[in-house]
Amino acid sequence: MLSEAGPALTAQRAGRTRPARRVLPWVEGTALVVALVVPFALGERTDLVTLATNVAILSLLAISFDLCWGLSGIMSFGQALFFGVAGYVIALVGRDLAFSQLWAMLPLAMLVGLALAGLFAAFLLLGRKAPTTIFVALGTLTGSYAAERLVSGWQYVGAGNGLSSVKLLQLGTYEFVEGTAFYFLALIVLVLVYLGARFLKQSQLGLVLAGMRQNEERLAFFGYRVQLFKALVFSLAGMVAGLGGALYSYHQGFIGPGNMGPGLSTTAVIYCLFGGSGTLIGPVLGTVAVEVLTYVLADIDAIKRIWPVILGLVLLAVVMFQPKGFLGLLVSDRERIGSYGRRRPGGS
Amino acid sequence: MALLEIRGVSKSFRTLRALEGVDVDVQAGTFHGLIGPNGSGKSTLLKAIAGAHFADGGTIVFDGHDITRATPYERARLGLALKFQITAVLPELSVYDNVLLAIQSGESLTRLLLSSSRRALDGEVTALLERFRLIDRADDLAGELSHGQQQWLEIAMALALRPKLLLLDEPTGGMSPEERRVTGSLLAPIKAQCTLVIVEHDLHFIRDICDHLTVLDQGRVLDHGDVATIQRSPKVQQVFTTRV
Repeated sequence: MLSEAGPALTAQRAGRTRPARRVLPWVEGTALVVALVVPFALGERTDLVTLATNVAILSLLAISFDLCWGLSGIMSFGQALFFGVAGYVIALVGRDLAFSQLWAMLPLAMLVGLALAGLFAAFLLLGRKAPTTIFVALGTLTGSYAAERLVSGWQYVGAGNGLSSVKLLQLGTYEFVEGTAFYFLALIVLVLVYLGARFLKQSQLGLVLAGMRQNEERLAFFGYRVQLFKALVFSLAGMVAGLGGALYSYHQGFIGPGNMGPGLSTTAVIYCLFGGSGTLIGPVLGTVAVEVLTYVLADIDAIKRIWPVILGLVLLAVVMFQPKGFLGLLVSDRERIGSYGRRRPGGS
Repeated sequence: MALLEIRGVSKSFRTLRALEGVDVDVQAGTFHGLIGPNGSGKSTLLKAIAGAHFADGGTIVFDGHDITRATPYERARLGLALKFQITAVLPELSVYDNVLLAIQSGESLTRLLLSSSRRALDGEVTALLERFRLIDRADDLAGELSHGQQQWLEIAMALALRPKLLLLDEPTGGMSPEERRVTGSLLAPIKAQCTLVIVEHDLHFIRDICDHLTVLDQGRVLDHGDVATIQRSPKVQQVFTTRV
């Protein structure tokens, strides 16, 4: 009953909650090693290097959603909006100003994502009354849908055909074309974003987000401006999505209405939930799994046609039977949520 | 001037008038008890003070600030802390992290992001956990604590905010007699730190720790005064003998 219990009982209690060996660093390390050797292992298969590059870029979108949902409890069905708008902006700058220098365009894409997400946050999150999860989900979904419809009918941005022949990304006079160099560029960006998100998650601010996800109201009574924290993370997530959108646009040489609509926004949700939200590495692995499966099955006509249905059913099964994603099979809740204080001697 | 001045506060839930013209003064440095039969409006008044819901009428002035329409965040920043009636610890965080989360609420965004105060606050977190007999459970999940220990953790978290006024809604609810005794001994020393407003059903507990009592009945103030005065009050005796 009281904590005057003897050391044996304390140890027993500690043993009950003693977390298993930490799994996430091993998963992260293994993923990084695999990512580093992939282009060399694939050799002449340039199509697979292109696929790996796409996976690295789409992982940014997945991390963007994980920052919202997994870390902060913001259900956003509109991450593709920030991804797509940034992709369009850099394509337009390339077309109209003939400029595509990496040192300026990637920060510009981040700024576009940040500013647009900030605007949405101000509208959806910063009201006097705390918005419900459904309100935010519908608000972001509507934004994503409206943007897709808007660009579909806007000739200046290519209407339904989108913008093709996007000017190649440059660093000085070097041009990044599809292939190993672009893959490593995308990987470097992904690793930097990942490390930034990991730093945020493990910081004292990460503790606030973890608390917010569990009981927003409680945190308001602590004196935290919960909606401001949410708006901040949502804006940062928009920035990450914007960065991904720019890389996607340069890599594909194309950006279209579908890259900012609910379809891609929902795919980001699938990446995240499939891999395991709140872990950061889970959404990256979810992206790998979904994109590789899609690539493999795209050659099988019978499956290709019903692949979206299969993907939908998989998502349904994950949500119903394994809501922590497949990484949830390996990672304990304790490790997923994180521990912020120092471990006591004799504690768990 | 009183630390908390409540004037003519009323609150209705549809057709039910939970509070009607309630006046209460809470002096700084006192332990003030709100008592009354079930449904008398004690918890409603406490929630109106904390900002869990807004009063329909009247004013609430805290430390010179009119907080009648202030958000919980604004009230917390002014120095109000609430311990909920139903324990609201964060069950998936460790006991240590629950207290750290409360203590670090005054830190700036930059300091939180850079984790600048994690080490500096460790001593304060540890001291609170030791004081509330939770140090052995520091690394356990808060959701694994017993009900009584969760109540202590809640009080520790509320105190971690260094409040000027601490609002406790039934801090001994669901506790064993031994846990109630310990809770009383844990609360007594905080008088030096802050003012306390407490809602409690256990009249023996509240009589032992409070200086001043306000008795509510059917949403109105029935009587108020020091403990001895209230114990002698015929109006209060009648209510407690006929309706409790």
